[in-house]
Amino acid sequence: MNPLIPLFVAIPLAGAFLIMILGRFIRNLNKYLASLILLFLVVVSFWSLFTTGNSVSVYKVGGWEAVNSVPIGIYMVLDGFTAIILCIINLIGFLSVIYSISYIARYTSENYFYSLFCLMMAGMNGVVLSGDIFNIFVFLEISAISSYALVAFGVEKNELEATFKYQVLGGIATFLILMGIALIYWETKTLNIADIRNVFSTGYDRKYYLLVQILLLSGFGLKAAIIPFHAWLPDAHSSAPSPISAMLSGVLIKAVGIYVIIRLFFNMFAISEGMAILITSLGSLSMVIGVFLAVSQWDIKRLLAYHSISQMGYVILSVGIGMILISRGIRTEIAALAIAGGIFHLINHAAFKGLLFLNAGAIEYSIGTRNLQEMGGLSKTMPATSATSLVASLSISGIPPFNGFFSKLIIIVAAILAKFYFLALLAVIVSIITLASFMKFQRYAFFNKADDDNSRTIKEVPFPMLFSMIVLGIICLLLSILVFPGIREIILTPATDILMDPSKYASQITGI
Amino acid sequence: MIPYYLCFILFLVGLYGVITRRNLVKIAISLSIMEFSVFLILALIGFREGGVAPIVDPSDPVKIYVDPLPQAMVLTAIVIGLATTAMLMAVIIRIYRKYGTFDIREIKNLRG
Repeated sequence: MNPLIPLFVAIPLAGAFLIMILGRFIRNLNKYLASLILLFLVVVSFWSLFTTGNSVSVYKVGGWEAVNSVPIGIYMVLDGFTAIILCIINLIGFLSVIYSISYIARYTSENYFYSLFCLMMAGMNGVVLSGDIFNIFVFLEISAISSYALVAFGVEKNELEATFKYQVLGGIATFLILMGIALIYWETKTLNIADIRNVFSTGYDRKYYLLVQILLLSGFGLKAAIIPFHAWLPDAHSSAPSPISAMLSGVLIKAVGIYVIIRLFFNMFAISEGMAILITSLGSLSMVIGVFLAVSQWDIKRLLAYHSISQMGYVILSVGIGMILISRGIRTEIAALAIAGGIFHLINHAAFKGLLFLNAGAIEYSIGTRNLQEMGGLSKTMPATSATSLVASLSISGIPPFNGFFSKLIIIVAAILAKFYFLALLAVIVSIITLASFMKFQRYAFFNKADDDNSRTIKEVPFPMLFSMIVLGIICLLLSILVFPGIREIILTPATDILMDPSKYASQITGI
Repeated sequence: MIPYYLCFILFLVGLYGVITRRNLVKIAISLSIMEFSVFLILALIGFREGGVAPIVDPSDPVKIYVDPLPQAMVLTAIVIGLATTAMLMAVIIRIYRKYGTFDIREIKNLRG
């Protein structure tokens, strides 16, 4: 039992209001309060990660106890998988806030920025913790509305156009999700994920079940920007201010997209082979098409945004392979390996993509352009940015000893062991194209010859921005140790176990 | 079943509007139509033939009550929908100030 569960939502929510009210009277309160809140959440989330282990703790909002072991209140659930995602969200959030202290100083109305940022954190933590599908919808909308506003924070032509596109597609996703939730409630008369699983396990109409699954997959797929639904992502992620891009690409698409898809399709629905194959093919499609769209980009942030689609494809692909194996009921140890690889890549992607967007922001901050063709020779004038972006580029392209290598290795090994040789080959090819694309980024931005008259005026970015980038660079290296036995059992295995044995999840929650 | 099918047709009408309209405000209206069709489905799910409001009266045990939970969900969703619509209209007004038009064909700075 973890008594701190409600704090993950309550503290940032309270912080958002306090910043708006008190920020008017006290100068500089906004940045310090936001950083303190996020620091506190980082500490709490790491404490939860190390104390949760294999246990599942439930917080019942309002103290509504279950009647005849049927849950009637709103449940917030903390298990191994949730704890990992919470750590990612709050850690990347904390570093982005530190980075924003310098970066946002050139915009007006900083109060709104920090307030919306805290609101977005509350929404994402809520989505991850919620054990109730309607609450997932509510928190999803909280994080979505604040991210719409944050994407448009610059209120110039590009930002407004991007946020309009994002809002229309996000709105359609919302209605599909709400329709799916309504249909589930119609059939089961309950909203609790564990209880829904129990009701469905007593029998269901197959076509109806399929309709609900497709509605929820397309709704959350739109939020996660899987390839047929990806149109909003490159615009929104490249137009937002850089710390927000890092949050959107590093955390938001995972917390409200991939995480919910994994949670619902493993722990709420019974895994069927057809759905598993559909998810795997969507993942491989995103992986391949995303990287080909990325290669031809000259705008750094657009290039990174397309790579997000491609890297999320890896995660969905490996989780899908795990689903196929589970649905066939064979070789569950390989399924566990594939799922662990997917979750590991999810963690790694948050670290290196967050870092890359912060680097892109630093470059834009110093030289005022995002076009690769107008840069060059920055490795001399901005050594720290150059070094950290090299770390991130190497780890996203899967070069040892950085974290991306190990997660991609696990995914490829799992695909080979599961006899999906073609998918393994695709993963290797996509990794090579990713390497090529990041070599282009490194060469044009940092190692090309610079114009001499320009380079004298370029300075390294201020300390808070450097701090965030260097910490994330170190995290990129440190995350490699998750792969070693001993540490893997503490962190990755509980998350995999809760997904591998869905009936355990359901019985543990309804039993409390 | 007819009301459910009509709601679904309303959803498709909204989707058609979002896809084919070229005026930003009309796209926002179409989104609202989609939204309210989903709300109608939710409200219909809670409906019982001959049901009354769920205020339990022990003296009359055979009374049929409508399901109150979908109503609570619709209220929550309406509040959320209000916020998203307000946000969308604010963005549309800002777009009009920057571009001087509501026509989506002329708003194409971002491509690819």
